[in-house]
Amino acid sequence: MLKQEILKILETDARATPDGIARMTGGDVTEINKIIAEAEADGTIVRYKTVVNWDKVSNERVEAIIEVRVSPQRDTGFDAIAERIYRFPEARTVYLMSGTYDLAVLVTGKTMHQVANFVSQKLSQIDGVTGTTTHFMLKRYKEDGEILVGGEEIQRQQVVL
Amino acid sequence: MSIEADTAVSRTSERVRAIKPSGIRKFFDLLSGMEGAISLGVGEPDYATPWHIREAAIFALEHGRTMYTSNSGTPELRREIARYLAATHELEYDWKSELLVTVGVSEGLDLAARAVLDPGDEVIIPDPCYVSYSAAITLAGGVPVPVPTYEAQSFELNPNDVARYITPKTKAILLGYPANPTGAVMPNDKLAEIAILAERHNLIVISDEIYNRLTYGINVASFASMPGMKDRTILLNGVSKCYSMTGWRIGYAAGPAEIIAGMTKIHQYSMLCASSMGQAAAIEALKNGEEDIQNMVEDYNRRRMVMVSGFNSLGLSCFEPKGAFYAFPSVKSTGLSSDDFAEKLLKEEKVAAVPGTAFGQQGEGYLRCCYATSLSQIEEALERIGRFLKRL
Repeated sequence: MLKQEILKILETDARATPDGIARMTGGDVTEINKIIAEAEADGTIVRYKTVVNWDKVSNERVEAIIEVRVSPQRDTGFDAIAERIYRFPEARTVYLMSGTYDLAVLVTGKTMHQVANFVSQKLSQIDGVTGTTTHFMLKRYKEDGEILVGGEEIQRQQVVL
Repeated sequence: MSIEADTAVSRTSERVRAIKPSGIRKFFDLLSGMEGAISLGVGEPDYATPWHIREAAIFALEHGRTMYTSNSGTPELRREIARYLAATHELEYDWKSELLVTVGVSEGLDLAARAVLDPGDEVIIPDPCYVSYSAAITLAGGVPVPVPTYEAQSFELNPNDVARYITPKTKAILLGYPANPTGAVMPNDKLAEIAILAERHNLIVISDEIYNRLTYGINVASFASMPGMKDRTILLNGVSKCYSMTGWRIGYAAGPAEIIAGMTKIHQYSMLCASSMGQAAAIEALKNGEEDIQNMVEDYNRRRMVMVSGFNSLGLSCFEPKGAFYAFPSVKSTGLSSDDFAEKLLKEEKVAAVPGTAFGQQGEGYLRCCYATSLSQIEEALERIGRFLKRL
């Protein structure tokens, strides 16, 4: 119960400290430290992440989602090909999908040219990959549950209640 | 006094002159325009209404559902309220005759008071309690009778004390639990004792249950579910607090058909009906909003823990609230009155909290602090209060 609560807090705010979590949950700091350490060790906590709205900074950055069609292989099915793909640093996210294609690969690069090169020279050349469709991302509206665009702040008015 | 002010006073009714402006309003006039202030004063959720609920109202607008509704509220909403009360409190209400959709609990309270009170009728209220209770009773011609509640008794209304304040003129008891401003809840055994008093003295009970889903670690019973009480209880509730829908102004009253008919009569001559789009949104909230409540309660609970332990560690003893979203720390140890403490705190550290006296005499020595604000604001406010205390 406490473990789930700690994970929820850290998922929303990776910077929450054990002291802060103890204040929020009424738990004991030592116990919280222990739970966090265990969760880090057993891979429950994979990484502490920051959701960055890159559009706010000048860095050029191109993202694309590549639909990859694959011929499954004897014994390993899709896994071996998926592994070959996710080993590339350009592939930030790889999912096995149901539907009209098999793997969804999220690729990040500095330029469209760089992403296109990765797809044509690396991804599509892998044995068992039968086709790719590249969708360049034009605008990010929401990521990891966070809305990245616009979003007016709520203005409270004075009221008696 | 200027001539205009004098004239203005003489043109208002005795009933209006009999009520004081809210102590909260007075305090917030000081706050207005102050830059960098942190407000722990506003008693409303800091979330926007969940999107699926907003979407339901947009759908209603897109489909031209913009007309008056039945005075009592749309049949769909009343059926949904009946289903909700059955599911959450095992209360069976006839949606046609025992439910009325109101413009928030505030209107429900006003209607209830006006429907049941004759001039001079007394109504027992807990002290401290929400600022509107006393005023609503006075405006309806009744006489509010505050019964003190104490921190040492977790701000619960003591049935023995209530019994002492009952006179032949007592017509009703007004309960508001979980409570604004203390966050207190009433245990079932005490509610049952109040039910016995209501039965014995033939009293109506007006039960404001707007916070009854915002509780921490306990479920709170509806007063109407106490044995024999459904027939003498006017249950007031709404969607404002637990679905974060304060601006929609949708509440409801559930009670005996005769009283609901009386309330509906006043409602149809004053409000006509609640807003149609708001009612469409409320249907969606009641149907599909359970998860929203759970998420908000989890979030409020964390903030509650931080605020209550924060006050206690600063030496301001703070009773542990079990419901609503208010902490009610004592400032008695500082030797300052509630008003002085709140005013100095606002001026010196720009933290706005409401003096307990705004909620009744028993509020002296306390502050109402709402924790429906971000954790970072709460932590910053606690830091500023700590700095302020060191200088006293």
